[in-house]
Amino acid sequence: MREPPAMADRVEHAHKAAERAARESYGRLIAFLAARTRDLAGAEDALADAFAAALRTWPERGVPANPDGWLLTAARHRQTDAARRRQTQAMGEEHLQLMAEEIKEASQMSDEIPDRRLALMFACAHPAIESGMRAPLILQTILGLTAEAIAAAFLLPPGTMGQRLVRAKARIRQAGTPFRVPDPDELPERLDAVLEAIYAAYSKAWAEIGDDGTTPFAEEAIWLGRLVVELLPEAPEAKGMLALILYTEARRAARRDSTGTYVPLDEQDIALWDEEQIQMAEALLRDANAAGPSGRYQIEAAIQSAHITRRVCGRDTRHAILALYDHLLALTGSPVAALNRAVARAAVDGPAAALLGMRPLASDKRMLVYQPYWAARGHLLAEAGHKAEAHEALTVAIGLSTDEAVTRYLLGKREALRAFE
Amino acid sequence: MRYMMLIHHDVHELANAPKQQLWAEYGAFNEALAKAGAGFATGERLESSAAATTIRVRDGSTNVLDGPYADTKEQFAGYFMIDVPDLDEAITWAKRCPSSKYGAIEIRPLTRRSAA
Repeated sequence: MREPPAMADRVEHAHKAAERAARESYGRLIAFLAARTRDLAGAEDALADAFAAALRTWPERGVPANPDGWLLTAARHRQTDAARRRQTQAMGEEHLQLMAEEIKEASQMSDEIPDRRLALMFACAHPAIESGMRAPLILQTILGLTAEAIAAAFLLPPGTMGQRLVRAKARIRQAGTPFRVPDPDELPERLDAVLEAIYAAYSKAWAEIGDDGTTPFAEEAIWLGRLVVELLPEAPEAKGMLALILYTEARRAARRDSTGTYVPLDEQDIALWDEEQIQMAEALLRDANAAGPSGRYQIEAAIQSAHITRRVCGRDTRHAILALYDHLLALTGSPVAALNRAVARAAVDGPAAALLGMRPLASDKRMLVYQPYWAARGHLLAEAGHKAEAHEALTVAIGLSTDEAVTRYLLGKREALRAFE
Repeated sequence: MRYMMLIHHDVHELANAPKQQLWAEYGAFNEALAKAGAGFATGERLESSAAATTIRVRDGSTNVLDGPYADTKEQFAGYFMIDVPDLDEAITWAKRCPSSKYGAIEIRPLTRRSAA
């Protein structure tokens, strides 16, 4: 028997309301549910039960006026039940009382649930959490992504990713990791870990670009970046990071040609760049620069801005880019910054000077397996006319590449060496 | 939350430490612990691991080993107790402990006691 249309409409309406709540409120609800207990796994289970209950009861009784409040109350009841079952454990009674109070609070809450997502992000990116697990934890707890989806982007078997997430959540609960925005004197250092986690999620998305141009986490990472900027408007580095992501994202459509081959920035069709995203990035960077001292993300965003100005306005920003890399290298001391600085130097002083600048990197073991090092070396050697050495470096770069589009591009470069023999 | 703070000393670094200053710092640190209230305790200082004996009983027979449980560069040297709201506060106390400069402080939450 077919359902009467009115019933079908109600079901659809209820499902849509539940979906909207899941998309827009998941992280906010988890953050609120776990704030006191620090039990993320328990909060996730309780919220999953609450969503299941919503899908059962909303079609019959209608969607409540405040879906988030309804879900929160239902999840709180699940948590209380779970705590009651574990009552032999310590703090049972005290715990139950706290929860009963919070259920009352939640049911009286008319509109907005307090936003504790930032505190949750700081818990997930706490220095006591293994650095490689911070981004996956944030993706799961704030966005509700499954371990399978996260595992795919972080190149781990789903079972392994699942286990590590479970372990990290247990650690947060057992070690007493605080759900709190750190004090101002500790904030810069601790914010770095949050930004690094979000940027790592974005970088995964960037590297994992599929043939159809879709990416698993680009949008999610941008959304998280916006959230941090919104919740911590006084932090310039948060704006710097979001600007850096948007500059990169704006060029997404231009980074592959019709055959799927990688296109370097200098050869990209600027008509394909996303003007709106570039404008947003520019505005964020201006705000960040006006607000305070420049950190790593602000400088990297400024470099992107200078590259874009060079291509779009035809202004010579090569010296500015080199100066920014000097600044970045002094700040981070990272070999990657040193490599990029050497490449920027080639645009100013020519390939021979750049190769000379790269020499100290040759003794850095990390560089031996760093694909961009060999690619950059190959380009500079080719430009300087050292064909045999260029051929060798490009071959190593091809061997280390994990991106089909880059491999194709480098094969083309290597082929071109031969053409002039 | 209650934490036991386990002090591990790097034998070499401790040997080169300015002893007088270290003990003065420890005096102040223990004073701060004593003043911090209920749940805080100064614990005990242990003799060096050279004085340790390790015992295992298997199938009724006792194995006695003259030496520490683990022969590592950093040796368990003492502990103190704290009762603080969260891990960040515990980390602050670990940084305050003078031994953090000459070894490592391991932060271990105490298992919550069962009500039954």
